[in-house]
Amino acid sequence: MTYAIECRQLTKTWPGNPPVEAVRGIDLQVEQGTCFGVLGPNGAGKTTTIEICEGLLQATSGDAFVLGKNWATQADEIRQEIGISLQETRLSEKLTVLETLTLFRSFYKSGMEPAEAIAKVSLQEKADARIKALSGGQRQRVAVATALIGNPKLLFLDEPTTGLDPQSRRDLWRIITEFRESGGTVLLTTHYMDEAERLCDRVAIFDRGKILAIDSPQQLIADLGAEHVVVFAVSGDGAKSLADDFGARLPGVISARLESEHRCLSVREPHIAIPALLSLINERGLRLTSLTTRQATLEDVFVHYAGHGLTDNAAGGVR
Amino acid sequence: MSASWKMHPVTQLFLARFREFIRQPEAVFWSYVFPLVMMIALGLAFRSEPMEAISIVVQDGRGSEALKATLSGSRKLIVSSGTQSECRQQLRAGQSELIVVAKNAGKSDTVAAETPDEVTFVFDPTRPGSVYARDAVNDVLQQAAGRKDPMPTSDLAVTEPGSRYIDFLVPGLIGMGLMGGGVWGVGFAIVDMRIRQVLKRFLGTPMKKSHFVAAMMFSRMVFMIPEIIIVLLVSRFVFGVVNHGSYLTVILLIAMGAFEFAGIGLLIASRAKTLEAVSGLMNLAMVPMWIGSGIFFSAKRFPEFAQPLIELLPLTPLIAALRHVMQEGAGVLQILPELSLITLWGAVTFVVAIRVFRWE
Repeated sequence: MTYAIECRQLTKTWPGNPPVEAVRGIDLQVEQGTCFGVLGPNGAGKTTTIEICEGLLQATSGDAFVLGKNWATQADEIRQEIGISLQETRLSEKLTVLETLTLFRSFYKSGMEPAEAIAKVSLQEKADARIKALSGGQRQRVAVATALIGNPKLLFLDEPTTGLDPQSRRDLWRIITEFRESGGTVLLTTHYMDEAERLCDRVAIFDRGKILAIDSPQQLIADLGAEHVVVFAVSGDGAKSLADDFGARLPGVISARLESEHRCLSVREPHIAIPALLSLINERGLRLTSLTTRQATLEDVFVHYAGHGLTDNAAGGVR
Repeated sequence: MSASWKMHPVTQLFLARFREFIRQPEAVFWSYVFPLVMMIALGLAFRSEPMEAISIVVQDGRGSEALKATLSGSRKLIVSSGTQSECRQQLRAGQSELIVVAKNAGKSDTVAAETPDEVTFVFDPTRPGSVYARDAVNDVLQQAAGRKDPMPTSDLAVTEPGSRYIDFLVPGLIGMGLMGGGVWGVGFAIVDMRIRQVLKRFLGTPMKKSHFVAAMMFSRMVFMIPEIIIVLLVSRFVFGVVNHGSYLTVILLIAMGAFEFAGIGLLIASRAKTLEAVSGLMNLAMVPMWIGSGIFFSAKRFPEFAQPLIELLPLTPLIAALRHVMQEGAGVLQILPELSLITLWGAVTFVVAIRVFRWE
């Protein structure tokens, strides 16, 4: 079976002084009928990669095949078979939802009726409303409807839920899930780890233009070897001067890190690690001010590979 | 059949543009009212009326009173008097066109009322009003001194529509409207769509670029129709401007002019990323035409060496052809050279714009 998307040694360098290497050698394959997530902080090269796959940007080197076709020679055919939602598109505010979709429908040889696309994103009541009158979540649903109108085999969604309220996010998750269940392939970028865990069959973790890891969310978490995280804070004399990896050598602990006000231990066996941690704190004459545990998430996977947090602005570079 | 027509991308893109346009009442208002206001204001300012009396000033001195009395007898002249510096001041400020200085050598300098033996005219030969005033005053003085004209003459006044300034102005304003509408209307719309990433979104669809560009140009041609009709109607019924040619030819010219300037607007906006950048470029492109292409005065007034450059400006052939048709009743064949030039401009800018167009 051909891959829905296949990238080989993809690079993109923006000319400048100094040149910016937004994408530095990406290899990835997306199987048909799956939902693939591209994760990473701002500036990781997510949007650049997705836009190369969408045919909006030209790679500096490397190849990107979409549905087994080549952008250089089969661009028109590819465009008939993909649907795109950009990170930020402000569709014309003066047009109604129905008019906007009728316009987009006219670009495709085949596709669904505009009314059907509107129904897919549950905007029937707003069909005759102008875009101007819609909320952010509704506008995003119109954007997704314009991506669905040509009955695509492959849907590209660049940060589809950024800035949306929880209800709107769930609405979009439902639309994406339905599309995938009907046999479609989805490539989405996000910096929400919960979104990726919930929607994606596989994810690629991007940082500074490279892929740090690719696998299913469950497997990436399992590969950490530590499915639990112990989060704690201490006070008392010497609390400030503790090493960042305080507790790393305790039994059952895989790694330790300092996250602003809290310390996190990635832990394989909490029932061994926690008593050991408590006695170490006692020995040093410190006082425990908080202690919680949680399941490891993709966020921990990201920190494990990248060595810095997702929300840290350490990534540098450009989109 | 009707369903496929409904779905054609050029039609849909045109409809989208058309809806965006008519749903912006303020934009509609300005694009239709501005040329009208311009025409009415200029039409009133330069209305053709019999030439008013000319203001002249007599410099105080010997013989000045007698001189003033003689000149005041003429209905063509408005006469005042003043000291030398007052006179110069009036001439500089344009309040008077001419200073008349009486000379009365060797006689008593207290008597301002006696007849002067000689008169000097002080005037600016580059001012048409001054030159006219000099001749008019000279005539009055010579006749008062007893000159008899050997050749009898008589005047027959005619003012024909077609030769007045307003008749000259209306084709110029139509051309200016076509230029402004095309360049501004298309230029701003394109850059706005680029900023909103709509162009980039379109690039991600199978939409053909030529369809998009054709729809932009066609919609501009359609938006121009009401504007031109309003200008033609008002000029006809308010100023009595008559079209001496065929309306069909005028419409053809207007359609091709709209096509030409939509293409130029498209080219100007083809790479600009911000509204500021495109505004600058649009002004850069339009200023030479506002000045040089003969909107308000004939382009022939520019020196000979500038003429080839002026002929190259896209607006020059459009206005020239409109005047040929409306003022002289020229037919399509007579304006063929201009028409070809206009079409060429539109076609070349269309092709180049598609080539260099920046979609993101």
